[in-house]
Amino acid sequence: MTRPMIAFEGVTKRFGSWTAVDGVSLAVEEGEFCVLVGPSGSGKSTLLRMVNRLAAPDAGAVRVAGEDIAGLAPEALRRRMGYVIQSVGLFPHWTVARNIATVPVLLGWPRARVRERVDALMRLLNLDPDRFRGLYPHQLSGGQQQRVGVARALAGDPPVLLMDEPFSALDPITRGTLRTELAQIHRKTGKTILFVTHDMDEALALADRIAVLEQGRLVQHATPREILTRPADGFVRDLVGREEWGLKRLAVETAGERARPDAPPPSEQPPGEPLPGDMPLRRALSEMIARGVDRLPVMDAEGRPAGVLHLADLVRS
Amino acid sequence: MIRNRVLFVLAAAIAVAALALPFLSFAPNRLLSGQGIALAAALEMPRGLALLAPGAVLLAVPFLRPSRGATAASVAAALLVGAGLLWLAGLHAAELAATAPPAARTSFGSGFWAMEAAALLAALDGARRLGLPAPGRIALGLATALLLAAPLAAGQLDQLSILKEYANRRDAFSDAVLRHGAIVAAALVPTLALGLPLGVLAQRRPTVGRLLFPVLNIVQTIPSIALFGLMLAPLSALSAAFPSLGIAGVGMAPAVIALTLYSLLPIVRNTAAGLDGVPEPVREAARGMGMTPAQLFLRVDVPLALPVLLAGFRITLVQAVGLAAVAALIGAGGLGAIMFQGLFANALDLVLLGAVPVILLALAADALLRLAEALLPLPGGRRAV
Ligand SMILES: Nc1ncnc2c1ncn2[C@@H]1O[C@H](COP(=O)(O)OP(=O)(O)OP(=O)(O)O)[C@@H](O)[C@H]1O
Ligand SMILES: [Mg+2]
Repeated sequence: MTRPMIAFEGVTKRFGSWTAVDGVSLAVEEGEFCVLVGPSGSGKSTLLRMVNRLAAPDAGAVRVAGEDIAGLAPEALRRRMGYVIQSVGLFPHWTVARNIATVPVLLGWPRARVRERVDALMRLLNLDPDRFRGLYPHQLSGGQQQRVGVARALAGDPPVLLMDEPFSALDPITRGTLRTELAQIHRKTGKTILFVTHDMDEALALADRIAVLEQGRLVQHATPREILTRPADGFVRDLVGREEWGLKRLAVETAGERARPDAPPPSEQPPGEPLPGDMPLRRALSEMIARGVDRLPVMDAEGRPAGVLHLADLVRS
Repeated sequence: MIRNRVLFVLAAAIAVAALALPFLSFAPNRLLSGQGIALAAALEMPRGLALLAPGAVLLAVPFLRPSRGATAASVAAALLVGAGLLWLAGLHAAELAATAPPAARTSFGSGFWAMEAAALLAALDGARRLGLPAPGRIALGLATALLLAAPLAAGQLDQLSILKEYANRRDAFSDAVLRHGAIVAAALVPTLALGLPLGVLAQRRPTVGRLLFPVLNIVQTIPSIALFGLMLAPLSALSAAFPSLGIAGVGMAPAVIALTLYSLLPIVRNTAAGLDGVPEPVREAARGMGMTPAQLFLRVDVPLALPVLLAGFRITLVQAVGLAAVAALIGAGGLGAIMFQGLFANALDLVLLGAVPVILLALAADALLRLAEALLPLPGGRRAV
C-alpha cells in the first residue's frame, strides 16, 4: 500500500454555475474496494467518470497508479479500466458474447482467447454460455443484462473497475446474489474497485472504505465500522439510518470477534450447529432468534471450536 | 351485415365500374378519340368466369365473419381480378384487331383503370390485414408481379395500343429507360456524398441543423418545373463563360443538380434522425470501453442508425425516379421525354408508355429497398416486421 491506485487531488467539476464535485481529495489503494455513497445528485457518477476521462475536472488532478491521467490517451486509459455504466448501456445490435468481448476485441486479442475469456466470464457470472452467448440484450431480463454489463467490464482483465450502481433496479434477492459474487471476484482477483451506490447496506457489506459525498463535497472517508461508530456529522448519521443503526452496526462485526474465546467443557457446550467465525453479527442474531437460543458455538475457518457467542455479547459495544 | 367496409366499398366500386364505365376504347387511329366498349362485350363465356368467379368472392367476403381464411381468400380473389382484367383486355383487343384496319387502336378505358386500381387496393388492404412476416410479404409481392407480368410476357397484350406504341419505338424506349436510370444514379452520387456528411454534421452541431433544415425544406416546396427552370439561367451563363466545362443550360447537368437539391432533404433528415436515435447510454458505454471516435461511429452509430438511413435512401430514390420524369422538360431525356412527346401529340397511349414504367420503376425501387430493410438486423437483433 505505497502509492494509491486512484487518487483525486482537490478535484472540482462544474456544470455551468452548478458545482457537481467540489474540491474532493480521495485516495483508493491498490486492491481496495471503495464505495461512493451519497444522495441522488451528490456527484457520485461525475466523480467516477473523471477517473476514465469521460468527464474532465475543472480544477485539481486525478492520478491513476501515480500518473496524472490528463496526460494519457483516453482510449488507452479506458481499456485498462472496466466500466459498468449506471444505465447498463449494452450494445443492442450485438449478441451477449460480442458485448462481453468489446474490450478484448479493441485490444486485438486473438479470436480463440477472446472466446475462452467470454465463456469464462459468463460462467463466473452464472450465465450459461450455451444458452446466453447468442442472445441479444433485449432478450435478457434486467438482472441478466446487468450481469452482462459486469462481465463486459471485467473482460479485458483490467486492474481497476469503475462500477456505477451496477445492481440498481434489481430485486433484493438477485441484488444480494450479485453482491456476493462481486465480493468473491474482488477477493479472488484483488482488483481495485470504485463502486457507486446509494444503498447504505450495500456499501457496508462490500466496502473496505466508504466515501460519503454530499452536494459534491467529501464529508467522510472511513471504514464501514468507523462510519457507523463515528459518523462525521448528522448527515452521515442520517444516511446510515437512525432507525436500524444498531442492526447495521452488528452487520459490520463478525461472530468470531465477539465470541467468548475460552471454550467451555463439552458438557456445557451449547447445542446446535456452530457459526462460522466470519458470519456477521447481524446474521448471528438472526440465527439465535430462529433457533430460539441465547448462546451459540462459534468455529474458526478450519472448523475448530473458537468460543461461544452469547446474546448479551451483541449489545456490549 | 357488412363486416369489412373497406373491402365492401372497393368491391362495389369494381361492380359499378364494370357496369357503367367503358372497359376498352376503340379508335380508327391513334389520334382520334375512341368509342367505349363495355366489359360485357369481353366477358364471353366460359372465359368470362375467370373474372366473374373471383369477382363474386370479392363481393361476398365483406359479409363474412372476419377470419384469416376470409382475408386470404379476398387477397387471392383481388389479385385474380387484377390479372383477369389485363388478360381479358388483351384477348378482346386481339379479337378487335383481327377484323379492323391496321391503324385501328384499342386502349384501356376508364372502367379498366378504375377496376384495376380498386382490385389492387383490395389486395393491398387484405395483405395488410394478414400481417404477414417479411418473407411472406416478399413472396406475395413477387407472386403479384408475376401474375400481372405473365400476360405481358406471353404477348397477350400486344394488340393493345400502349404496346403498339412500344413496338413502334422499341429502341427509343430502352434508351429512355437507361437514360432515366442514369439521371437518377447521377443525382444519387452527389446526394449521398453531400447528404450523409451534412446529416452527421447537422446532428452533432444543432446550429448547423437549425440553418440547414429550413433551406432544404424550402427547396422541397419549390415546384419541380420551377426548380428545373431556375437551373437554366445560371448554368447557361456558366457554360457561356467557360465553354470548356462542357456543361449546358439544358440537358443532364441542370436535371442532376435539381434532383440532388430535392434529394438532400430526406437523406440529411434521416441521417440526423437515425443518429439521434442512438441511445446516449450506449454511446457513453462505447466511449467508456475505450472506442476511438471512429470506432464509435462505425461500430455503434452507423449500425444503429442504419434502418432509418435506409428508409431515407428509399424515400430519396422513389422521389428521384418520379422527379426525373419532369426533367425531360429541360431536355434531360428519359421516360419523361416519351410522356411529353405523347402529351404534345395528344397520343394518350404514348403518355402511358412513358408514365407506366416510371410508376413501375418507383414501385420496384421501393419494394427492393423495403426488402433490404426487412433483411437488416435491427437494433436488438430483431428483424423488421
Ligand atoms: N452533463 C451534465 N450537464 C449538466 N449537469 C450535469 C451533467 N452531469 C451531471 N450534472 C449535474 O451534476 C450533479 C451530479 O450528478 P451525478 O450524475 O454525478 O449525480 P449522482 O450522485 O450520480 O446521482 P444519482 O445517484 O442520481 O445517479 C447533478 O446535479 C447533475 O444534474
Ligand atoms: Mg449517478
